[in-house]
Amino acid sequence: MLNHENTSSSDAAGAKLEGSVDGSLVLRIKDVSVHYGMVQALHNVSFDVPRGKIVTLVGANGAGKTTMLRAISGLVRVSHGVIEHRGEVISTSQPHEIVRRRICQSPEGRGIFLNLSVEENLDLGAWAAPDKLSYKINLERGFEMFPRLKERRRQNAGTLSGGEQQMLAIARALMGQPEVLLLDEPSLGLAPQIIEKIFEIVQQINRDGMTILLVEQNALQALGIAHHGVVLETGRVVLQGPSRELLASDEVRKAYLGE
Amino acid sequence: MDQFLQHVINALSLGSIYALIALGYTMVFGVLQLINFAHGEIYMLGAFTGMYTIRWLRLEEHPGIGSLIIALIAAMAASATAGFIIERLAYRPLRKSPRINLLITAVGVSLFLQYSGQLVFGSDPQFFPTGILELEGYNWSYGDLVIEPMQIVALVLALILMFVLQYIIFRTRLGRAMRAVSFNHDFASLMGIPTNQIISATFMLGSALAGAAGVLVGLIYPKIDPLMGTMPGLKAFVAAVLGGIGNVTGAVLGAFTLGLAEEFLVGYWVPTYRDALAFGILILILLFKPSGLLGVHRAEKV
Repeated sequence: MLNHENTSSSDAAGAKLEGSVDGSLVLRIKDVSVHYGMVQALHNVSFDVPRGKIVTLVGANGAGKTTMLRAISGLVRVSHGVIEHRGEVISTSQPHEIVRRRICQSPEGRGIFLNLSVEENLDLGAWAAPDKLSYKINLERGFEMFPRLKERRRQNAGTLSGGEQQMLAIARALMGQPEVLLLDEPSLGLAPQIIEKIFEIVQQINRDGMTILLVEQNALQALGIAHHGVVLETGRVVLQGPSRELLASDEVRKAYLGE
Repeated sequence: MDQFLQHVINALSLGSIYALIALGYTMVFGVLQLINFAHGEIYMLGAFTGMYTIRWLRLEEHPGIGSLIIALIAAMAASATAGFIIERLAYRPLRKSPRINLLITAVGVSLFLQYSGQLVFGSDPQFFPTGILELEGYNWSYGDLVIEPMQIVALVLALILMFVLQYIIFRTRLGRAMRAVSFNHDFASLMGIPTNQIISATFMLGSALAGAAGVLVGLIYPKIDPLMGTMPGLKAFVAAVLGGIGNVTGAVLGAFTLGLAEEFLVGYWVPTYRDALAFGILILILLFKPSGLLGVHRAEKV
């Protein structure tokens, strides 16, 4: 069922807070608020990321999508509420500790180190990887997924095209063997065919068992591949539920799909 | 011709000292976008630590390269510790405040160390025990050309340290992390890199090089005092800007360029302007190529 937050938030939040540690939930965002100085960017946001699913966070520019991912990765502090990973609070942890839990993020603008080579970027992705032995396997898998990266492994990452940089960002995030992959606007600034390819790959790695939290402005496409959707509007969750239902709902079609 | 070669040799040994100090400026700027004006004082601490180590361990009774290396290691360790403490106590609490606050703090730390130095070491110049190397009778001269063995020792040691640093930055895991942090703190921490530790390590590495420079300068110009860091500190800063601040290779290039320019100015033109030259260069570079010789404006792709 679609959950209209402004009408039923109190019951929903209450039910969620009582829930015990649930192995099927990888991330649980509970009543999270974030402030930048005097400005409040997130207002009591709650949603869950179940294991093995793609959850997408959609909404207009400035809705707070990136802030939500930054809060999960520990780059901004939550001023209220908690973020849990497998039932343990992580919202007070340092970013590098969160990565060690294999919660990896490919940030807004891709976060490529343009001053480093392609291979060095990939190496850094494995910085906190739990298993150094599988470094080679992960590297080969990345190169298999994106053969262009193999050709250019010794090149400076700054010489790559936008699409190649996005491929590098994904390949690099996979080097850390994430349990959850946070993807911030992977389609930004890319040509339609490349976006298609990126979305295919996101689905592919999800089918291989990875949990994904995908932030997208491109709501139609994101809801198309996601299992669950969360709609943010000026820092508040206005709607969440199975993406099929969201896609069918009049409000979403009107507000985000331009119908 | 001899005179020309003489100036080149002087310039190389002077440049290598500037380079060791400039590297610390440029590395710290790389990771924090901070001009660490206390860096000259870290170099001064290195010189004093070297001197006291030699005195207390009576290393002059066993002159040789081994003793010099003991003094160097002691100085580098002391300077690295000082760099670590300064970052931890003075700069880290201000990490999120406006850049100008950090800059003023750096000037404050610099003054604090200068005057603490006068309190602890005394304000009179002291003589660095150059007898740690027995080099009497090793003066090579060809015609008018005199090669001071101390200069050669300093140059060689400085070059070795620069190569070690180059290796660390471009070939090791720590170096890769340092370059990642200098590109973007957030991106680096998303890789799982503990950025604070890497920043500390960067301060320590840069400070260790300044400490080594302190000892090497003591060998060539054996008069040391607590204010000795001011001028070389500023000049090394100019060298770092000249090469392109944040760029390690640029710092070395800038330092040798400045060394040569100073030496030739003194040798062929007006010696009085020796100390003014660096600042003239600073003004010119800021006017015409603010990114420095090797600096590039970072292309940012979205």
